[in-house]
Amino acid sequence: MSEQIVTSPLADLTTRPGLADEAELTELAVTWAPRPGFWGWLTSVDHKSIGKRYIVTSFIWFILAGLNAGLMRIQLSRPENGFMGPDRYNQVFTTHGTAMMFLFAVPVMTAFALYLVPLMVGARDLAYPRLNAFGYWVFLTGGLFLFISFYLNMGPNTGWFAYTPLSGPEFSPGKRVDVWAQVVTFTEIAGLVAAVEIVATIMKLRAPGMSLNRIPLYVWSVLVVSVMIIFAMPAVAMASTMMLAMDRLVATHFFNQAEGGDALLWQHMFWFFGHPEVYIMFIPGLGFISSIVETFTKRPVFGYPVMVLSMIVTGFVAFGLWVHHMFATPIPLLGRTFFTAASVLIALPTGAQIFCWIATIWSGRPRLATPMMFAIGFVVIFIIGGVTGVMIASVPFDLQVHDTYFIVAHFHYVILGGVVTPLFGACYLWFPKVTGRMLSERLGKWHFWLWFIGVNVTFFPMHILGLEGMPRRVYTYLPEMGWGNLNLLVSAGAVVVVASVAVFVINVLVSWRSGVVAGPDPWGGPTLEWAAASPPLPWNFHHVPVVEGRSPMWEEAGDLPIVEGLATHKREMLVTTALDAVPDSRHDLPEESIWPFIMAVAVAATFIPAIYTPWAYPAGLVIGVIAFAGWAWPRGRHPKHQVTAGRIPRTEPEPT
Amino acid sequence: MLQVNQSVLHAAGPRAASTEHLWWFAFIVAAVVYVLTVGALFWAIASARRREREGELRPEHAHDRMTSGVGAGIAASVVILLVFLGYDLSVARTRDPVPKQHPVTIEITGRQWFWDVTYADTSPHGRFTTANEIHIPVGQPVLFLLSSSDVIHSMWVPNLAGKKDLIPGYTQSLWFQADTPGVYRGQCAEFCGEQHAKMAMEIVAQPLTEYRRWVASQSGPGAPPADSVTKRGQEVFLTGTCAMCHSIGGTPAGSHVGPDLSHLASRRTIAAGSLPNTRGNLAGWIIDPQRIKPGAKMPPNMLEPKDLDALLTYLQSLK
Repeated sequence: MSEQIVTSPLADLTTRPGLADEAELTELAVTWAPRPGFWGWLTSVDHKSIGKRYIVTSFIWFILAGLNAGLMRIQLSRPENGFMGPDRYNQVFTTHGTAMMFLFAVPVMTAFALYLVPLMVGARDLAYPRLNAFGYWVFLTGGLFLFISFYLNMGPNTGWFAYTPLSGPEFSPGKRVDVWAQVVTFTEIAGLVAAVEIVATIMKLRAPGMSLNRIPLYVWSVLVVSVMIIFAMPAVAMASTMMLAMDRLVATHFFNQAEGGDALLWQHMFWFFGHPEVYIMFIPGLGFISSIVETFTKRPVFGYPVMVLSMIVTGFVAFGLWVHHMFATPIPLLGRTFFTAASVLIALPTGAQIFCWIATIWSGRPRLATPMMFAIGFVVIFIIGGVTGVMIASVPFDLQVHDTYFIVAHFHYVILGGVVTPLFGACYLWFPKVTGRMLSERLGKWHFWLWFIGVNVTFFPMHILGLEGMPRRVYTYLPEMGWGNLNLLVSAGAVVVVASVAVFVINVLVSWRSGVVAGPDPWGGPTLEWAAASPPLPWNFHHVPVVEGRSPMWEEAGDLPIVEGLATHKREMLVTTALDAVPDSRHDLPEESIWPFIMAVAVAATFIPAIYTPWAYPAGLVIGVIAFAGWAWPRGRHPKHQVTAGRIPRTEPEPT
Repeated sequence: MLQVNQSVLHAAGPRAASTEHLWWFAFIVAAVVYVLTVGALFWAIASARRREREGELRPEHAHDRMTSGVGAGIAASVVILLVFLGYDLSVARTRDPVPKQHPVTIEITGRQWFWDVTYADTSPHGRFTTANEIHIPVGQPVLFLLSSSDVIHSMWVPNLAGKKDLIPGYTQSLWFQADTPGVYRGQCAEFCGEQHAKMAMEIVAQPLTEYRRWVASQSGPGAPPADSVTKRGQEVFLTGTCAMCHSIGGTPAGSHVGPDLSHLASRRTIAAGSLPNTRGNLAGWIIDPQRIKPGAKMPPNMLEPKDLDALLTYLQSLK
């Protein structure tokens, strides 16, 4: 094992056509050629093209939702401020929370996985590429729907948690809460299909030899969260799409205690999803940190089994915490005690991972490039959110700070520290892979330091505000409460955060056009994505690589085995067994298709009019059936291959 | 500026005090854990970089030392978390159950956006209703029975105890005790709609004799009009829109949509803790509540200046 490898021979092999069979390459290029123009963009099923637009879209929602946070900080910068009235403020904070949770934090993690997972496991594409395209269009619909409603002054105003009965028909007449409920529908559909694709890809499309104990830690992290999504998201989708929307549309009274329903039922269903949701955002952040730490210390992360088991344990225990959002409701002491214990002990697996990273850094050769700065920043910021998380597992203490700014401080430390900081690090790490160009390191350092200072100045004083009695979700406060100065400081910190994100956006825009050309493996990374070209070709790898360890790019330097024999005249990929990744079968991938887009239109045409009339459901069903028929219609062979010389098309049955 | 008591860190009763101790314990432990972990991280970076400068490739016995380091970290975490869990459970178990002796029971119904307060004395004529301002005797546990008639609210008086939700269809109990006389402000802690921000209450903790005097003054009907101005004021109240929602003991006004006003003049604030109870504020509130609390359920009232003046005099006579 050599530590000096900067660019691997495999990278050369896959980017220099001379080393591969010329005819094969030409044929791959024809087979996988993306369709040109707008139609090509609309019909694309390439995981890289969809992943890229998914990432960009979720960052746009991040910026819009961040601007909402800015509006809140203007309003709260002094007591009795007249910048906004309560109605506007409630829309602003609801849209901020809803967009950050449903449209940014979870989807951006999914989006990175959609882009990276096939590359990291050595696959040609994601499983179910058309479903992937469909998921993106549904996600886009949800985001547009929320923000257009908000800018038209009909944004939801009952909080991102939409507690009943406040969100019920009696106390929220009008259509605002319906907008919220259907935004949740769109994002949950998108989240669920993405999770299914990722699980299938990781379980069945790994490169030969990549047995379970050789899967990169980042890929493990998204596998864990994808399984979590499959179990968590149906709870909220059911609660919002079916029960809340039905209560409002056809008076089903699920949550109306006056008619035999139960106001608390909503909270259980919401938090059964809502607490795992936190870990669904956070565990991929841990995966990012693992990738960054091993790339920039040139050491595999110490304690691989501990790391993997920690993530799995976190994924399980995350489902046993939801009642800690409900300690002020009628839950018996014994029941609360169980959730307290689980909430305290979930700190352990994350702690174990932090210790393993510190050990890795200690034994390695840390290089403080921008991604590594963000990884260190992650530890320094996140642990504050982690320790306050343990504190509020305590019922008596939580009952004092629940629904105060202490909680706002806690979860912003967790999410900005544990999700967004690793995410920024990941952007610097993988930007060269996605665009072929490096982000500027100089702007990166500015970005990091502004971010680090801004986050702490904004959110640390909120702990004190909460302890001094300031509740959440208030549009104003009286001067005699004495919260004015700290709030002004918080608002000043928010300006620094905005500046930091602006630097990041400028860095991305400038570097995308004119950054330093990266080459396939600018950082000397350990995992397979660095074997592909930057940006990767539509077929990712000329030949499917064979893996013999956890860090193939380091271990197999100079002699990376490959698999031959996959068809090049059609889009074919290798299916391997779930545990040991032994080659199992071959699978054809679909060509570009417009039907995912039409199916997404059908979903939008169902759920948006469903705000006004139940007839939208049968109408939408008709469009959906048509779209499904088009999607599943048997297709002939692609005409492109008629002109391919030197290869006789095989006559196998088409996949369904 | 008036010092307002609304803080977790200035406990004035046993429940809040034991939580405050728990907080300081947790804070110190957390600070130590934080400094040690972040310190370990920077030490790891520094020693790795030093080794690199000295041309050393890998530390000696690296694997064993990493194993014991990570193991020690995990073991220490387990111990710290279990100690914290034990301390927390001891506080929860001793402070949560309602004491058997609780001489005062108060029913609170959360409303958008005020607190409807009923003293549930079982003696004849002992039961009375007020709003937003709750007097309690010092040194005695007080039991609150919490419910809501619209959406979920949460009662929270941080100097005295943690919060409890008021949920339609449920009755929850909360108890606390004030050891020092004083006024403790509380605020709704569960988002309850447009005026969630201005739904406050005040707990006035008094020595027992003062408390009894207050109870006696609240128990009777509202003061009857004593002169022609207050008489006119009562007439305005009863014949105008006021009586549609508010009640005043001893008059035909008996609606419970808005806060009970039988002893309005004895309260320190109006509009659920939003404004000091002065004649000017009261006038502004009656004419245009939407300017002070946009979205509040009370409509604007167009009154002749003379009628408004009489109404204010009448309301201010309701001691």
